[in-house]
Amino acid sequence: MIAIIDYGAGNIKSLQFALDKFHLESELTTDPQVIRDARSIILPGVGAFKDAMDALSELNLVTVLKQEVNDGKPILGICLGMQLFYEQGFEDGSWEGLGFLKGSVNRITDTVKVPHMGWNTLTAHQESPLLKTIADNPYVYFVHSYAVGGNFEADTLVASAQYGGTIPAIVKKRNIVGMQFHPEKSGTTGIQLLKNYGELI
Amino acid sequence: MLAKRIIPCLDVDKGRVVKGRKFQNIQDVADPVELAKRYNEAGADELVFYDITASNEDRDIFLDVVENVAREIAIPFTVGGGIRTVEDIHKVLRSGADKVSINSAAVSNPEIIKKAALKFGSQCIVLSIDAKEVAENSWQVYINGGRKNTGIDAIEWAKRGEQLGAGEIVINAIDADGEKDGYNIALTKAIADVVNIPIVASGGAGTIQHFADVLKEGAADAALAASVFHYEEISIPELKDYLESDAITVRSENEWK
Repeated sequence: MIAIIDYGAGNIKSLQFALDKFHLESELTTDPQVIRDARSIILPGVGAFKDAMDALSELNLVTVLKQEVNDGKPILGICLGMQLFYEQGFEDGSWEGLGFLKGSVNRITDTVKVPHMGWNTLTAHQESPLLKTIADNPYVYFVHSYAVGGNFEADTLVASAQYGGTIPAIVKKRNIVGMQFHPEKSGTTGIQLLKNYGELI
Repeated sequence: MLAKRIIPCLDVDKGRVVKGRKFQNIQDVADPVELAKRYNEAGADELVFYDITASNEDRDIFLDVVENVAREIAIPFTVGGGIRTVEDIHKVLRSGADKVSINSAAVSNPEIIKKAALKFGSQCIVLSIDAKEVAENSWQVYINGGRKNTGIDAIEWAKRGEQLGAGEIVINAIDADGEKDGYNIALTKAIADVVNIPIVASGGAGTIQHFADVLKEGAADAALAASVFHYEEISIPELKDYLESDAITVRSENEWK
């Protein structure tokens, strides 16, 4: 069972429906015990960086997430969920993230339209089981105004997109996987990416 | 590279799609879920559902539709129509919609855009503007389904919407709507030039060339249409092939084959 952290008001039902498509059992939860018992955690993305961190704190989930991730439990962060994995977020201020990965989250340059909204292509930076049977340069659906940068570790970059610069799109370090786009909204490519993740856990 | 988007729009009344009856090879053409699947398979990049149900008690039917669409298709979709409060927005997002489009309610209460953007994030708040030309290159915002002139300048309203936190603007040209003479390029471009958020052009699609025109000259990021898709006057794969041959980046065909 995969624990999907239900800590806000966004559309997380679609994520669960996507997992249902290949019979990966999941549960929307904020219960630390359910999270501990799960074989994997998915941290979806809702709202703003600070609000999301505040919500996780109020639900007393920061500690349990850190423990589980340090103990090696596979975790997938989607959109803002991936951004929270980093040390610091600069969305309307400067806020501390979960710190699983090195780097910070910064606003996309105003030389392009913000939010980065729509279907963009991925470029692979390394071979990865996450990209198994995925076509070259597939389109996936992005919707975000902030992106990972700072002292980001280049060797964690699995795939990127180009939008006013290089946007880290899939990252992986040990048991930690992040996807900046929405796999649950990225058609058959997105479903395959989730399935590939499911095979790693 | 970021692709230009093609967005079919479906009007839903009491849980059923209005004007979808010419579809072939589909058993229930009025079922929003069936139509959504069909558009998804044809390569639509996004969908928009407008709830045109008049009475409040029928709104729950619409929420069921939203949930069923989310269950069946894995592409983004926007919900509009009858959205008045932050609670309304919460409900449709929780049911599985990705974005919510706000029109008349934003004019009477602009703070709803701000509140919703702060609560749910700008990326899911779409400001929908119905605009009508009142003098040459001057457009005003109409509400209540295009019946009432607010006297507000459409370009200024678009700028205000961006400041309030809208993450996208749908600009519907009332004069062009239903005429099939092409999108209003001047209006679309005038708005695209002054805001730095994505613009969806709406109203007037009749031919494949109209899409190319508004995506190029109109500087739109996406083009929305209803009847040309409903009545199968334009097929999405053909449309995308044409746009691609015209050097417009679209999500490629092998993605959904």
